[in-house]
Amino acid sequence: MPEILDQARTQVLENGVGLDEAGVLAVLRLPDEHLPAALQLAHDVRMRWCGPEVEVEGIVSLKTGGCPEDCHFCSQSGLFASPVRSVWLDIPSLVEAAKQTAATGATEFCIVAAVRGPDERLMKQMREGVAAIRAEVDIQVAASLGMLTQAQVDELVAMGVHRYNHNLETCRSYFPNVVTTHSWEERWETLTMVRASGMEVCCGGILGLGETVEQRAEFAAQLAELDPHEVPLNFLNPRPGTPLGDRPVVEGRDALRAIAAFRLAMPRTILRYAGGREITLGDLGTRDGLLGGINAVIVGNYLTTLGRPADSDLALLEELKMPVKALSATL
Amino acid sequence: MTTTAIWCDRCGEPAAGADHGTCRTARELEPPRFCSRCRRRMKVQILPAGWTATCVEHGLTRS
Repeated sequence: MPEILDQARTQVLENGVGLDEAGVLAVLRLPDEHLPAALQLAHDVRMRWCGPEVEVEGIVSLKTGGCPEDCHFCSQSGLFASPVRSVWLDIPSLVEAAKQTAATGATEFCIVAAVRGPDERLMKQMREGVAAIRAEVDIQVAASLGMLTQAQVDELVAMGVHRYNHNLETCRSYFPNVVTTHSWEERWETLTMVRASGMEVCCGGILGLGETVEQRAEFAAQLAELDPHEVPLNFLNPRPGTPLGDRPVVEGRDALRAIAAFRLAMPRTILRYAGGREITLGDLGTRDGLLGGINAVIVGNYLTTLGRPADSDLALLEELKMPVKALSATL
Repeated sequence: MTTTAIWCDRCGEPAAGADHGTCRTARELEPPRFCSRCRRRMKVQILPAGWTATCVEHGLTRS
């Protein structure tokens, strides 16, 4: 057994203290023959500190495309030659999306907008949309609307939004290679305001943006410092027309190593499979991740791409004897 | 992409005379982006359990 896994067994599994950056890096550098042991340990940590339940979430794009920011992975930036057109979702369709999500047994429904931050039109759409969902659908509403002002944070709390997603995307040292229209620190500021408001903090990122393995460890350590309630883990799905459109996808074993490492850095967080797992890991890898530290999934489609049918994921959870977290457990 | 498509609904290039195997594979996990009849970029909306794509000239397609 590699020394880092022995250390993690005592420090993380027994005492609930996450690995630091050096420890995460050691896990990310484990040779392939030790990957199964790392995944098993990460799974044990998840079961010990989070339990067997899996949190299921659906997401929808309220405002797609036309974003003024230049996040190099994103097909919704208006600055790139992407085929994604700008479009708004109307309130009846938003409610329908929430109903589709609730029908899967999901407890979370996240409303997302491709913006730098909300303007009054978007906040009005949120007010009406969240009220309509809360009137018709039994589900928790989360939001992801970019960078916020304090007044907008307060308004989202008043609407009943219980969790706010704002991904740091990558580590601080690599961020300027991925986004130039705003800074990592600006994102951190929004996250600080969200935390202070009492909303749950959801913050993760994308692996495979060109970061080094050392920067992947740096990112895990920075997320652990933030200590978010939830960490969505995406794997780059290179989008045509974006600056990262020609990047290779993350190799499956590297993705699994990252899942184990991030779990060992954050033993108590909700670690969610998000976009890109279909092309990076496929069906077999999806199972391996759920048995290697993941305890939440986005089911159904993503914002601009399609996911596995929700039924496939739910059948897999049943086969793995991992119950879907009930809404009553989240209130 | 349908058999009568003039344009590839993923990349927007002519459907004939080029290998769109990569596009066909990608389309399993993507909605169409271009109208296969006129090449216009479509307005696409994705919900958790489906999608719609609207061409201003040729109307709505849904999953």
